[in-house]
Amino acid sequence: MKSLSRIMMAATTAAAAGLGFSGAGGAEQKEVMIGAQCDHTGPTQIVGVVICPAQQDYMSLINSKGGIEGYKINYNELDNEYKVPPAVEEYERQKGEGAVSMMIYGTPQAQALNQKLQEDKIPGTSPGFGISASADGGRFPFLFPVAATYWSQSAAAVQFIKDKLGGSLKGKKIAYVYYDNPAGHEPLPILEDLQKTEGFELRSFAVPPPGVEMGAQVLDITQRYHPDFVIDHLFGRSPSVAIKEYKRAGFPLSKVIGLVWASAEADIQAAGGWQVAEGYHTLQFAGAGDDYPIRQEIKAMYKAQGKEPPKTMDDTVIYNRGILNAAIHVEAIRNAIKANGGQKPTGTDVKNGFEQIHDFTLDGLVPPLKITPTDHEGGGWVQIFQVHDGKLVKETDWFRGYPDVVAAAVKKAE
Amino acid sequence: MFHRESGVFKTSYAADMALYPLPIAKWAVAAFAGLFIVIVPLTFGEYYVSILDLILIAVVGALGLNILVGYTGQISIGHGAFMSVGAYTAANLVVHLDAPFWVTIPAGGLMAALIGAVVGIPSLRIKGIYLAIATLAAQLIIEWTINHVPAISGGVQASIQVPRPTFFGTQLKSQTQLYLFLMGFAVLAIVGTSNLVRSRIGRAFIAVRDQDIAAEIIGISTFRYKLLAFAISSFYAGVTGVLYTYYLGIANYEQFQITVSIDYLAMIIIGGLGSILGSIFGAAFVTLLPIVTRWFLESFGGLIFSQADLANIIPNLRLILFGGLIIFFLVVEPEGLNRLWRNIRNYFRVWPFSY
Repeated sequence: MKSLSRIMMAATTAAAAGLGFSGAGGAEQKEVMIGAQCDHTGPTQIVGVVICPAQQDYMSLINSKGGIEGYKINYNELDNEYKVPPAVEEYERQKGEGAVSMMIYGTPQAQALNQKLQEDKIPGTSPGFGISASADGGRFPFLFPVAATYWSQSAAAVQFIKDKLGGSLKGKKIAYVYYDNPAGHEPLPILEDLQKTEGFELRSFAVPPPGVEMGAQVLDITQRYHPDFVIDHLFGRSPSVAIKEYKRAGFPLSKVIGLVWASAEADIQAAGGWQVAEGYHTLQFAGAGDDYPIRQEIKAMYKAQGKEPPKTMDDTVIYNRGILNAAIHVEAIRNAIKANGGQKPTGTDVKNGFEQIHDFTLDGLVPPLKITPTDHEGGGWVQIFQVHDGKLVKETDWFRGYPDVVAAAVKKAE
Repeated sequence: MFHRESGVFKTSYAADMALYPLPIAKWAVAAFAGLFIVIVPLTFGEYYVSILDLILIAVVGALGLNILVGYTGQISIGHGAFMSVGAYTAANLVVHLDAPFWVTIPAGGLMAALIGAVVGIPSLRIKGIYLAIATLAAQLIIEWTINHVPAISGGVQASIQVPRPTFFGTQLKSQTQLYLFLMGFAVLAIVGTSNLVRSRIGRAFIAVRDQDIAAEIIGISTFRYKLLAFAISSFYAGVTGVLYTYYLGIANYEQFQITVSIDYLAMIIIGGLGSILGSIFGAAFVTLLPIVTRWFLESFGGLIFSQADLANIIPNLRLILFGGLIIFFLVVEPEGLNRLWRNIRNYFRVWPFSY
């Protein structure tokens, strides 16, 4: 098996050389490997086809600028089709090839790999999905949500609704529409806690996956329940279906907020365009829109190669999340290399590197994270954007909703 | 194997029933066991052992499904769910009672067998595609139940962390240790199945498969044997679920959804229905094919596509290649990889004196 792989390697090199790639010629290049899983296929491909190229683009940008502190990034990306056994196989492969940090893709995958990350001492990230309780760095030392978890997202949504409805939720009605899977259930404990303290009425409406048919739920919400605000926690195709159905039922979309996976341009376009979704609020853990210098740098990189920037960049919400994930890995590795005086970092070094990330905002694309050994979420910051006149308009600056309630839930999860 | 069988005269029933009629077959099996139990874990890298681990788990599940589909002629699209039954039973036993693996594995299997037998009740009245739909319903009901009953699923996340198994005081952590652990159960499953199918029960299963009315007329209780087939098959599925749980360190129903049931059906259809070797071939084939196609594309994809596009193209191309190869193998040999292997073996058995 080993010699077979050597033959294959030789064949690869020969093939690359034959095509005119210069290969790994010249002096020994210092390299640091990031192992990524990212799905171009499977149920989450709608996100993957944008987020994976974004991560690749950011890595090429860093490499074109000389890498991290003299180390070239060897960014390896594999597709697990959103299945767990392939995720394990790919993890083992990337570990064997010397990856010092891992980008996990998918909530069940994050749960399955968590124990391995600990055993192998390699840090992994699960931005915007995964286990909410993994914000606790004490219990999950090698798992980094790095972005707002589902708990923080739902708390922030309630905070936003409270501000929107005039500062009090007493007697108000909130509908929680969720995908009927564990990720969809996850915000429920937080919402129920807040319901008690804030005194609003909460009713939850389950949407069975894949959620492409939800007329009944929407009619129930709009014609019978008459909520003051709706929280959409949906995935894949279902956010666009929901938007369409609210519109058809005549429910004002300015009374709907979508959590992070119901918030992309693709969802709005699939719902019938910006006109249809006018007023819809979206919750983001990375800045949306084109107004960030890093995006201009990536475009300039493409221009310099004589190519047009790819169309995937137009889906700014998801694309920017890819930049955020990639940038945090790069920053953690940079911290690690700096801390050990230019040596090649190990997984533990990179873990410590993650835990030193603060004041790293990429000119506003990344929230004011402060990742510490105990807080792997970095605070749980979000921004709200509203659909207005054909684009996403920023409604709030970075803020956190009920951080004490979320912190209590993280503590209680032990 | 390639040995010849001329001059074999069986003089007793015991000799006729023997698993290996010739000493050379025994030696061959011993050599294979030695290869996989001693040499492979010592020489293979951790990554390759981890792939073998996934294959071993799949072998147990595929054997179980083959008992039901291949030997008894019933069908089940609910095996993914039966695995989750085993997984959650074991996980709850570990978390609440701190049970060791030699308790959780049979317990997970028995719980799955119980539920499998209940799900098998429709098989007494319906067959084929109708039975498929009935078991599909079971898959969905079990998924829903786990998703909505926190007493089973351990909370809204529906996943339970399980520590790795301990064997005589050592916790099995490395891939090689887990390999030997899983190998033990895979061997048990293989030996168990090969003994089952040549026993009275196995012959009854085959009779039911070939013509259940005829089987009933010659005195086989179809009620009993159909449910028994479901129970035994689900027992294997439950054990598979427990093995997954120990291997991954977590019980999570999202890894046992309907695609898993379909994958296992694909394994036994590609490998060969009603054959033990076929189940092993199928499990290896379905597990390895995506890995090999990706490896192939990574190595040679650069000849057609630019290196930059490759990362985005490989996953999609891999699916196409995966589907294409399955169609190819089934067209070449509709009776599966086992038949293909037998053809090769029969050719070499008389080589070079074939007429």
